[in-house]
Amino acid sequence: MNTGGLGPSGGGNAPGDVRNGGVDPDSGRASDVVVSSRVRLARNLAGFRFPNRAPASERTAVVVKLKPIVLGARLSAQTEWVDLTSTTPMHRMSLVEERLISRHHAMGKAGEPMHGRAVAIGLPDRRLSIMINEEDHLRLQAIRPGFDLSGVVEEIEHADDAIEQKADYAFSPRFGYLSACPTNVGTGVRLSVMLHLPALKITRELEKVKRAADDLGLTVRGSYGEGTEATGDFYQISNQTTIGKSEAVLLREMESEIIPSVIAYERTARERLIKGGRRGMEDQAWRAVGLLLHARLLSTEEATKMLSRIRLGIALGLIPGLRLPLIQQLLIASQPAHIQMAIGQELTQEQRREARAALLRSKLGEAFATKRPPSRLIRPGSAEAKPEPPVGPSNRPVKRPPEPGQPGPGNGDNR
Amino acid sequence: MPNARYEVSLVKCDLCDAEATVHETQIVNGQVRVRRLCERHAAELGLTGVGSEPVSGAGSTVVLSMNKPGTTLRCGSCGLSYAAFRQNGLLGCSNCYEVFEDKLTPLIERAHQGGTHHIGKTPVRMLAAAQGGDVQAVERVLGSARERAERIALLRKQLEDALANEQYERAATLRDELRRSEAEEAGPEGEPA
Ligand SMILES: [Zn+2]
Ligand SMILES: [Zn+2]
Repeated sequence: MNTGGLGPSGGGNAPGDVRNGGVDPDSGRASDVVVSSRVRLARNLAGFRFPNRAPASERTAVVVKLKPIVLGARLSAQTEWVDLTSTTPMHRMSLVEERLISRHHAMGKAGEPMHGRAVAIGLPDRRLSIMINEEDHLRLQAIRPGFDLSGVVEEIEHADDAIEQKADYAFSPRFGYLSACPTNVGTGVRLSVMLHLPALKITRELEKVKRAADDLGLTVRGSYGEGTEATGDFYQISNQTTIGKSEAVLLREMESEIIPSVIAYERTARERLIKGGRRGMEDQAWRAVGLLLHARLLSTEEATKMLSRIRLGIALGLIPGLRLPLIQQLLIASQPAHIQMAIGQELTQEQRREARAALLRSKLGEAFATKRPPSRLIRPGSAEAKPEPPVGPSNRPVKRPPEPGQPGPGNGDNR
Repeated sequence: MPNARYEVSLVKCDLCDAEATVHETQIVNGQVRVRRLCERHAAELGLTGVGSEPVSGAGSTVVLSMNKPGTTLRCGSCGLSYAAFRQNGLLGCSNCYEVFEDKLTPLIERAHQGGTHHIGKTPVRMLAAAQGGDVQAVERVLGSARERAERIALLRKQLEDALANEQYERAATLRDELRRSEAEEAGPEGEPA
């Protein structure tokens, strides 16, 4: 019986053990805390001005040069080339939500031309992306679920070498790889790990992590939400130093020194929370499930917060029947551009909230309907041992009195 | 007043392609001689640090006129002024790093925990090509013999620090890095020390 332990029954995660498979084999290592690992390289071509200083013709020349090189390097089974100048803002925003391109690349800063902006996306897994004419001529990025910085670094090194076979990089012995912004010069490497740190937030220990990270030359930023607000307690930790330390040393610091201690810290905090009130934690997680199974209108922010609580519940083994990859998928699918892409048209904010609620109801409902053996579906007396969700999503609503102020049946449904 | 004048148009350095930011007017026995130099070459010839004050020398009058530092220092390749860089934080081209090197160094040092010199990867094909070439080709990729020696000394220092702090895994990584640098030095046929 898995009571009070962390992770799945029989395989709890020792606080510092990152080799551990986490709670879901498809979510990568240490996925109870680590959402994803990412690396980005900044590269420029010799002989061309950096994109911010290059006229349209020169930006175009860079694309013309790089397109056959990138596509010819065969970095993935297939590569999708997206010319961002001929896409809709909605499509571009959906790529931002997938973290395949930056917001800057999608929209440009005020007054900046879109000219010559493109992105190559590795298929079918969409884990490798190469931005052309962002702040630098090339921004190579690899992303994977869970804690796997070595994996993404290996992948990006391969892509970098393949491109460099055909392109002359702007490089100086003293400054290394030259980038438009001196904050990226040297190795041009930015390693980032997205962490889910709800327990450190609750126990108010996050400030300590931030201070420690600062001392080590790292930044901690919220992954969702605007500014300093970290909606859903998702945080991105990245290196700031790019010159004076080799790629290998930067990788070692993040992979073996810093991130494992943050993971251990979060796990210890979770353990304390569970010891202090398992019922309360369970209640929080299941309330979030209930809300998403029944809400008729949902903002991105509320959806993110609820998915965060469910994620914590799954990681603590409190919600059998749901898996982490689904939560990751829903975090992206409930973003504004994804909602609109799914419907196939632009929506007002109100329409988006309605569509978002419908999407989450149906997806979570499906997950419970398919993942649960039928015999265990309804066992009212067994709530003590295994709390059960109500049957299905809204399509077959559980009998309940109509709530005042809620949209009537059919109003919020998008069948 | 001697006719010190500021030139803001794009004039190339007499010794290289960078924009001339220092204009030296020498009057020798009534003959006027003008030299136009970029900041780097002016510094190398010991002309900067004097400001635009006239300097009297034996038998000659030297007038230095400089573009106002920090306001009109400009990259000769892309035309970006240092002031414009300070405003938007972005450089315009590779050459900016050379033109603004002295000013960038302290900025980079602050932003990168004291790091000012690249340690790490060298473009693979570029390095292979250089190692098959002459001394200049190698220097363009790996830097001068002095720079290379400094880089290796810096790595040794980082390695010692790691060992002193009992960070053995980090030390192992640095030892690999040191071997790689020494092997680069020796070329593809060379044996790492
Ligand atoms: Zn010069
Ligand atoms: Zn320039």
